[in-house]
Amino acid sequence: MNNFTNRKFIIGAIFLFVGLIFIIRLINIQLINNKYKLDSDSNVLRTITKYPARGLVYDRNGELLVYNEAAYDLMLIPKQLKEIDTNEFCKLFEITKAEFIERLTKIKKYSTYKPSVFEKEISTESYANIQDQLYKFPGFFVQLRTLRSYQNKNAAHILGYISEVTPAIIEKDNYYKSGDYIGKSGVELAYEELLRGKRGIKKVLVDVHNREKGSYLNGKEDTLSISGERLQISLDITLQTYGELLMQNKIGSIVAIEPSTGEILCLVSSPSYNPNMLVGRAVRKNYPVLSRDSLNPLFNRATMAQYPPGSIFKTIQALIGMQEGVINEKSGFSCIKSLVGCHNHPTATDVASSIKMSCNPYYFQVFKKIIQQNKAKSIYKDSEIGLAEWNKRVKKFGFGGTLQTDIPGVKNGLVPGVEFYNKWYGEGRWAFSTIFSLSIGQGELGVIPIQMANLAAIIANRGYYYQPHILKEIDDKPSIPLIFKQKNYVDIEAKYFEPIIEGMYGVVQEAGGTARRAKINGIEVCGKTGTAQNPHGEDHSVFIAFAPKDNPKIAIAVYVENAGFGGTWAAPIASLMMEKYLTDSISDKIKEQRILEANLMNVIPKK
Amino acid sequence: MRNQRSIFTNIDWIIIGIYLALVFIGWISIYAAVYNEENSAIFDVSQRYGSQLIWIIFAFVIAFIILLLDGVFFTSFALPIYGVLILILIAVLLFGVKVNGATSWFEFGNIKIQPAEFAKFATVLALAKYLSMPNIRIKEFKTKVIATTIIAIPALLILMQNDTGSTLTYAAFIFLLYREGLSGNILFLGVLAILVFVLTLVFGATSMILFGFIIFLLLYAATKFDLKTTVFTTLATISFLVFNTYYEIKDSFIFFGIALILFSIFLFVITNKKLKDKGSHYLGIFILVVSCAYIYSIDFAFNKVLKEHQRTRITVLLGEEDQLINQIKMLEFKMKDETFSQEQKLVIKTDLKTKKESLKELQQGNGWNIKQSLIAIGSGGFTGKGFLEGTQTKFNFVPEQSTDFIFCTIGEEWGFLGTSFVILLYMALFLRIIFIAEKQRSTFSRIYGYGVASILFIHFIVNIGMTIGLIPVIGIPLPFISYGGSSLWSFTILLFIFIKLDSERLFVLR
Ligand SMILES: [Zn+2]
Repeated sequence: MNNFTNRKFIIGAIFLFVGLIFIIRLINIQLINNKYKLDSDSNVLRTITKYPARGLVYDRNGELLVYNEAAYDLMLIPKQLKEIDTNEFCKLFEITKAEFIERLTKIKKYSTYKPSVFEKEISTESYANIQDQLYKFPGFFVQLRTLRSYQNKNAAHILGYISEVTPAIIEKDNYYKSGDYIGKSGVELAYEELLRGKRGIKKVLVDVHNREKGSYLNGKEDTLSISGERLQISLDITLQTYGELLMQNKIGSIVAIEPSTGEILCLVSSPSYNPNMLVGRAVRKNYPVLSRDSLNPLFNRATMAQYPPGSIFKTIQALIGMQEGVINEKSGFSCIKSLVGCHNHPTATDVASSIKMSCNPYYFQVFKKIIQQNKAKSIYKDSEIGLAEWNKRVKKFGFGGTLQTDIPGVKNGLVPGVEFYNKWYGEGRWAFSTIFSLSIGQGELGVIPIQMANLAAIIANRGYYYQPHILKEIDDKPSIPLIFKQKNYVDIEAKYFEPIIEGMYGVVQEAGGTARRAKINGIEVCGKTGTAQNPHGEDHSVFIAFAPKDNPKIAIAVYVENAGFGGTWAAPIASLMMEKYLTDSISDKIKEQRILEANLMNVIPKK
Repeated sequence: MRNQRSIFTNIDWIIIGIYLALVFIGWISIYAAVYNEENSAIFDVSQRYGSQLIWIIFAFVIAFIILLLDGVFFTSFALPIYGVLILILIAVLLFGVKVNGATSWFEFGNIKIQPAEFAKFATVLALAKYLSMPNIRIKEFKTKVIATTIIAIPALLILMQNDTGSTLTYAAFIFLLYREGLSGNILFLGVLAILVFVLTLVFGATSMILFGFIIFLLLYAATKFDLKTTVFTTLATISFLVFNTYYEIKDSFIFFGIALILFSIFLFVITNKKLKDKGSHYLGIFILVVSCAYIYSIDFAFNKVLKEHQRTRITVLLGEEDQLINQIKMLEFKMKDETFSQEQKLVIKTDLKTKKESLKELQQGNGWNIKQSLIAIGSGGFTGKGFLEGTQTKFNFVPEQSTDFIFCTIGEEWGFLGTSFVILLYMALFLRIIFIAEKQRSTFSRIYGYGVASILFIHFIVNIGMTIGLIPVIGIPLPFISYGGSSLWSFTILLFIFIKLDSERLFVLR
C-alpha cells in the first residue's frame, strides 16, 4: 500500500470546501440578496414592432391625396398579465366583462407569450385618457400604428384601399405578419411594395410595473423602420373631382389620358364611394353595405366594365381599311339602309364625311372589303383570313387585353377572332354575313372604357400610344418603369389618321356633325360619338375625343350607361371635362347645369 | 478467476443512481431552457431536448457496452487508446471544423464530435497505467517529467485548437498527482499562484505588491532579523510607494495609510534584535523579487498580451461592473473640480474614456452574460419559479442557456432547493468516487478513480463558479447536465470505466 492514504482527507476536504463556498454563494444570491429578484422583475423583454409610415400619395399637381393618421393598438402578452382590476379595466376600455374574458381566451389560445392585439385602433384622443392608467395593467401595452386617411372623398377606385392581411397572404409572402396591412386595390395594391416601407423592431426591458426600463443590449438588436416611398400619381384631382360631380346620378365612367405621355388624368367610375369608408375599424361596418349595393359602387367600371363600343369603332375600321388598301380616303359608299340601319344624312363621299355623319352602311361595306379580300376561294376561308388579319390589327390598338397598365385588375375585353367564331358556330360555318355587326362596333366586341380613352389617345398621336399609367414619380425622382416610356405603334401610317381626324373635327365643329354639343369656344375639339345598342335596356351613350386638334393635351372617353344617343350625354360631359382641364374654367354654364341636374339612374328601359 | 455472473453484480449502484439523477436533471433543464409553447413535444428531434434524448440513449448503450467488457481491456489498452486519441487530436487540427473560433470539431453529416472531450478519459487511463507501473515513484524527477508530458501533450494540442476552456481542465490532474505523492508544496503553490493571479486582476498589481511586502515584512520580523536587509527592504518599499503616489493620483490615501503601517512595522522590526541567519536573508529577498515579478507579469500579460475579448472574459468577476461605475462617477466628479490643471484634466479625460468603453464592453459582452446569469439564478429564490416558468432563461437573456449556462435554468426554476441539491449530488459523487478509489487493491484502479474525480471536479468548479460569478467566464460543460453529445458520452465513458474496474475489485489485483 502507499504512504499517502491520508491525503484522501485533504482532497476530500478541498472538494467539500468548494461545495460549501458554492452553497454560501447561492445562499447569498438566492436567499439573502434581493437585488437579483428585483432585477429579474425589470427584465421582462418586450419586442415592439415599429410600423413604418405608409408612403404618401400626391396628385400630378402636388396635392396631397393619401396620408396617415396616428392610432394605437392595445397589445397584450398573456404571460405577463398579473392580477388586475378587471372592473376598472373594462370601464376604462368600455367593454363588458364577458367581452374581456372572451378576448382573453381567444388571445391565450393563439399564444401566451407573444403579443396579440387586444383592442384595435384606439384614437389619439382615447389614448390620452388611458395612457396614465396603463401602468396598472401589466402585460398590456400600446403600439403606435398608422391609419390611412384620404384627403378627398373622391378617386376611391384609383387610390384603392388597404386592409389587414389574411392568414393566406401571410403563408404566401413571408414579409407579412399578423396585424400588417396590405393594399387591396388601386394604387395601394399596385405600388404596395413601394408604399409599405420596412418594419423595424425595438427590444425593450419592461419592469413589473409595465414601465420601460431601457433598451435590450443597448439597442444592438434594434432595427429602424423605414417609411414607405412618397408617390406622385398622374391623376389630376381637380379634374377627377369635377368628373365625379358630372357623373353624379349617372352610371358609367370617364377616362382621360395625356396623349403625349400616357398618363391617366382621371378615372371616374360612377357610382363611387368615399374612400374613408374603408379605413380601419369602419371597414367591418361599411364593406358589407357597399358590396351589397345593387349599383355596385365597389366595381371600377372604368377598368372592369366591358361594353360594346358602338360607332366610335368606325375610326378603327376606316384606318384598317386604308392601311389594308381596300379603301382610300376618297372612297365613298352609299347609305344602303337595307344592309344595316341608318339615319337620314347626305351621302358620305369620303372617309372624313363617313366619320362625321357616322354612316352605318358605309362601314358595313368597308368591313366587308376588309374581311373578304378574295384571298381564298371559299367565302368561309376568305372570311377567316380577313378576320385573322383584322383581329391582329385591332389588338394593336390595345384592345382585347393587350394593354399593360399599372392599374390592377383591368379587364381584357374581347376582340373576337377566328377561334372564337369557330368555337361559336363551328369551323367553316361562318362568313362575313355572320359577323357584320362588328363593322359598327356591335356584336361580340367588348371594350373597356380605359381602352376607349387609349383609342382617343392613339388618334390624337396619329398612330402610337404610351401604356396608360397612373404612376408619375417615386419619391420626387422620375423613375417610372421603362415600359411606360416606350411608344407603341399601331402599324397604321400617320397619313391615314388625317381623314379620321378631319372627320372627328367635323363631328364636333361642323354643321351636320353628330356631337355639336361637345363644342368648346376657342378650342378645336375632335370627337366621335357612339350609341351602343343595349339588349337589356336603353342604349349606352359613348363619346371619345381629344383636344386641341393640333398638339393634343387630353384624350378622353365617356361612357354613360342607358343614356341613349352618344351626342346627347357623353359628348357634353367630355367637352366639359376637356374645357375644365385645358382652361380651368367652364364657359357654358347652361351646358354644365344640364349635366349636373340630369338623373339617368332610373331611365325606363327601351325594349 | 472470472465466473459467469451478471455484469450488474458488484457494480456501485450509488454512483449509477447519482449518474442517472444528473442526466435526468440535465435533460429536463434543457427542455425547460429551450421550451416554448410552439415546440412543446418532448420528443421533437429538431429541438435540443429531442437530440439530447438521443445522446442519452446512446450514452446508456455505451455504458452498457463498457460494463460488458473485461476490465483487463482498459489496463492493457490504456496506452494504445491514449495514442489513438492523440492522433485524432492532431487530425482534428488539420481537418476539423471551426465552431466559435475553435477548431475542435469533426463533422459527420449533422453530427459534430469534439475529440477533446474523449481525450480526457484517455489521458486518465494513460496516467493510471504509467503511475501504477512497478517502481514508479512520483518523488523522482524523471517520473514527474513523464507524468507531466502525458498530461501536457493533449493539453497543448487542445490549446492549439484554440479551446482554452478544455485545456484548463488538464490542471485537474494536480489532485491525482498529489494523492500519488506529489509534494503538498506544489499543490499549495499552484493554488497560491492561481489565487494571486485572480487577486491581482481584481485589486491591481500595485496593491498586490504592497500586500506582498507587508506579508514579507511580517514574516521577516517574526523569524529573522538583520539591520542591513531590513533597511534595504524598507527603503525599497518606501521608494516604491513614492513612485506610485507620484504617478497615480487615485487611491493616494490608501497608499499613504499603508506606508504609515509599513513604517511602524519597520520601527518594530528595528527595535527587535533577535534575528540572525544571513543565507535566508538573500533567499527571502529573492522570493520577494520573484513574487513582484510574477505579479507584474500578470499585469503585463493581462494588459498587453491578451486580446480585448480575452481580457473582458477575465475581468468579468463579480463587483467589477459596480467598481467601474464608481470609478467613472469619481472621475466625472473630478472633471468638474476647478483645482485640477488642464494637463491633469486631459489625463482624467483619457482615463474616463477608456473606463467608459470597458464598461460598455462589460455591459454588453461577458459582463452582460454574468449579470443575466446571476439575475436568473438569484430570481429563483428559495423554491424557484417552477418547472417551465422561468422568464430569464427564456427570451435569451442568458446566453448558452442549454450548454455552459444550464445551471441558470436550474437556479431559476428550482431555486435554492434545486441548486443546492445539484451541488450535494456532485459532492456525493466526488466523495463516493474517492471512497471507492481508496478501497481498490489495484493501484491502476485507484489512480484512475482519482483521475475521474479530478476531471469531474474541475468541470464542476469552473462551470458553476462561472455561472454564480465566482470565476471568469470559461466555456466548459457541466458534467452529465449540459447539452451536447460529445461531453455526455465522454463523461459517461470516463465514469463507467471506473465503475467497471471497481466491480472487478474483488477478483483482480493489478
Ligand atoms: Zn347612313
